[in-house]
Amino acid sequence: MANRVRMPPVAGMLVLRYNPPGMRNVMIRNTKDGYGLVAIILHWMLAILVIGQIGLGVTMLRVADRRLSFDLIQWHKSIGLLILVLFALRLIWRVLSTVPRPAATLKRWERLTSSVVHRLLYAIFLVLPLSGWALVSASVLGIPTLVFGLFLLPHLPLTVSEASENFWRSAHLVMVLAGAILICAHILAALRHRLVLGDKVLDRMLHPARAKE
Amino acid sequence: MLKRVAVAAALLLFALPLRAEGPSLSDAAGRYALTPQGSRLAFTVPAAGGRAISGRFLNFSGRIDIPSDNVEQARVVITIFPDSVATGEARVDAFLKSNAVFDTANERAITFRSIRVRRTGADTATVEGSLTARGHTFREVFDVRLVEFSRGRVRFHVEGRVLRSRYGMDVGTPLYSNVVDFDMDLAARRG
Repeated sequence: MANRVRMPPVAGMLVLRYNPPGMRNVMIRNTKDGYGLVAIILHWMLAILVIGQIGLGVTMLRVADRRLSFDLIQWHKSIGLLILVLFALRLIWRVLSTVPRPAATLKRWERLTSSVVHRLLYAIFLVLPLSGWALVSASVLGIPTLVFGLFLLPHLPLTVSEASENFWRSAHLVMVLAGAILICAHILAALRHRLVLGDKVLDRMLHPARAKE
Repeated sequence: MLKRVAVAAALLLFALPLRAEGPSLSDAAGRYALTPQGSRLAFTVPAAGGRAISGRFLNFSGRIDIPSDNVEQARVVITIFPDSVATGEARVDAFLKSNAVFDTANERAITFRSIRVRRTGADTATVEGSLTARGHTFREVFDVRLVEFSRGRVRFHVEGRVLRSRYGMDVGTPLYSNVVDFDMDLAARRG
């Protein structure tokens, strides 16, 4: 019984709790006070994938071995689609789930900045993979995408030309730069809260909220 | 009178061959050197759900020796210089020349030497030989048809399929087919 997902009604809404040993009353969904397990897992999965994807993107363009470069580009395209799917899930989960209140210790300008950076990150995470997909689709090389070697990803219905390819390449690069700057700002802000201010803002994304007994 | 015309017409009809005879391999006996004029060494690598890679080799050389007494004793040696590969897209050319495919910095030539010729018709034959690329040698078979023979010049149409993975060129499989389709015209001049 301890490992079963229980759905007791709390405050008039359905709340999911996860009760394995050592994780008693861990919330699956967000609460007003913190993030649930699903939001935290999606956050860290996307964090690892996006940072890795930026590193992979830089490496695949710089590596001298053209054979390795080709394989890395295929991985880059597959991971890009995975990021897009996971991000769509995260958006759906955010819509379906409660959005936690900002930490009480945050000042007004911090709340405003945090809100702006989060919205921009959401926008970038949505548009960045799509711009990569557009780049592949508009390329005169017409290289297909075999996602993780499993299935073919169709090209978007875009004009195939040098000009179109160059446009989407530039758009993809600009968005990568913008995304990298936003991610750095996000990480630095989280570290500031943890190391300088010593508050619990980062903890909210490390430890899922727990239901009150 | 009408009967005579009908008989004459029938005799004329049966006297005509059913189709024009093409040049025969036996007629084309001699020693030949490949010439760029009239030759076309084209290949295609099909892609899964995308654009196939099609290209040509522009620089090559070779000899064809066809003995007059036995076509099946013919000898063919062809050398292709992969640095001359041309697909119409500079980035694809650069990729094909790179270490991913032909590795032209280290491997200057692809060679084919016939081992056995088997005549399959008056103007057709299969040529089996050893193909060497990137240090790997395997037996390959090509279908050959003599399409032109006149005044010391011959032209053959050659088709064949080669598995590129055997030659260390399996980059991009299965996205791009492992099978390379060759569709070539080899023109040669006696001498």
